[in-house]
Amino acid sequence: MKPKIAIYWCASCGGCEEAVVDLAEDILGVVEAVDIVLWPCAMDFKRADVEAMPDGSILATLLNGAIRSTEQEEMAHLLRRKSQFMIAYGACAHLGGVPGLANQFSLEHMLKFYFEDGPSNVNPEKTRPQPVSTVNGHELTIPKLHNVVRALDQVVDVDYYIPGCPPTPKVTKAAVSALLERRLPPKGSVLAPDIALCDQCPRKATKPTNLAFTEFKRPHLTQLDPQTCFLAQGVVCMGPATRSGCEALCIGGNMPCTGCFGPTSRVRDQGAKILSSLASNVAPKDAAEIDKVLAGIPDPVGTFYRYSLAKSMLRRKVSLPVDQVLK
Amino acid sequence: MTDATKSPTANWTPRIVAFFCNWCTYTAADLAGVSRMKYAPNIRVIRVMCSGRVDPQFVLDAFAKGADGVLIGGCHPGDCHYSEGNYKCLRRYQLLKRMLADLGVEPDRLRLEWISAAEGEKVQRVVNEMVEQINKLGPLGLHKKFIEWDKEITSFEHTGHAASVAQTPTI
Repeated sequence: MKPKIAIYWCASCGGCEEAVVDLAEDILGVVEAVDIVLWPCAMDFKRADVEAMPDGSILATLLNGAIRSTEQEEMAHLLRRKSQFMIAYGACAHLGGVPGLANQFSLEHMLKFYFEDGPSNVNPEKTRPQPVSTVNGHELTIPKLHNVVRALDQVVDVDYYIPGCPPTPKVTKAAVSALLERRLPPKGSVLAPDIALCDQCPRKATKPTNLAFTEFKRPHLTQLDPQTCFLAQGVVCMGPATRSGCEALCIGGNMPCTGCFGPTSRVRDQGAKILSSLASNVAPKDAAEIDKVLAGIPDPVGTFYRYSLAKSMLRRKVSLPVDQVLK
Repeated sequence: MTDATKSPTANWTPRIVAFFCNWCTYTAADLAGVSRMKYAPNIRVIRVMCSGRVDPQFVLDAFAKGADGVLIGGCHPGDCHYSEGNYKCLRRYQLLKRMLADLGVEPDRLRLEWISAAEGEKVQRVVNEMVEQINKLGPLGLHKKFIEWDKEITSFEHTGHAASVAQTPTI
């Protein structure tokens, strides 16, 4: 009997599903080797089908997306129970990802913006989705939203992580074959090289030994040199604080790294680490001049924690309320 | 020692983690001690070789594990034993303070002071001032907030974060 695989999505953009499809013809090899028992994006299996399966009967679930709603939490628990390996697939399941940036705002703030204040909204009655509503005498329920966006391992036990926004076909293929051939590293490993991106970067040779930032330039306001290290050009690049494995794809497209593979195993908080690296290499020595240089980084949280706020040490803007208690 | 994590806010007193550099500020704290200067007992001093050794992760970790304030002490500009470490500390501090504000932590909870080995009385003054400041701000209590936030999800016990909370030593 072929091993069973489930692919599920939570708070995600669909890019990770696309990444699976990006395996191109190699996906045929995967389909030949495994039975996909759940893949809502592409196949017509239902939750009830998974519920009917014995516990532990799925070899692995590749779950992408952060956990934001009660439904996502339930599905994560269900798939955890049914699977021998729970694999966080992509930056959102791994670190909270871009949806994790919502941890800078309260739930009320967000609902108000999306259903009332957003410039593209027409909602004069200020209608908001209700967890329970009655339509034509039928009671309808929708999932509730959590106050806090979480990475997968903040909700269920996770065996392995496949990093990236989205994971590259190469990283995905290597992970799937390691899984099928049972060549697995210790539980909790991130299935990508454990060294900073700079090591893989084709511009490595142009990275100065001693950086001394006199200004930080924003990539969209700068003519970027296609050969030179971004840091040497005064552009924030997350490479020094980011795990390699993507083969420097963004750098190949002449854009700096934004950190989607997360930190290496020696780093607990990716944002704090890149802050440390960049700030300590600022040239001036007095507070006012230092601030002038650092003003070139107007949004440190959004820049340094673009994918990892939910898994950062503080997890969330700490002064935010818990608007509604779900249970 | 009392377990402040269990005591109610009424009994709360500030807990401040202090990273003091070996060559200047730690020596100054030592001087304050042998000179029998009295100052508030709310700081837990961690000796580091240089203020430049203070990784921003240390500061965030201190807050996440229940510190109400973090004090960093280093050599005066120009006096660093390793020539530039205190400048690195200052630069990180400037950006970390701004980022902490964005993350809802009052910037006054983090303080950097240059205190030379001869300035025992400055240790006394700075610690007393900071305790007063934190008393005004009240508890940060992140370790309790994390528990509060996670009441909205089930079986939190096997998450990585719960494990790190469970391992938090009681001070």
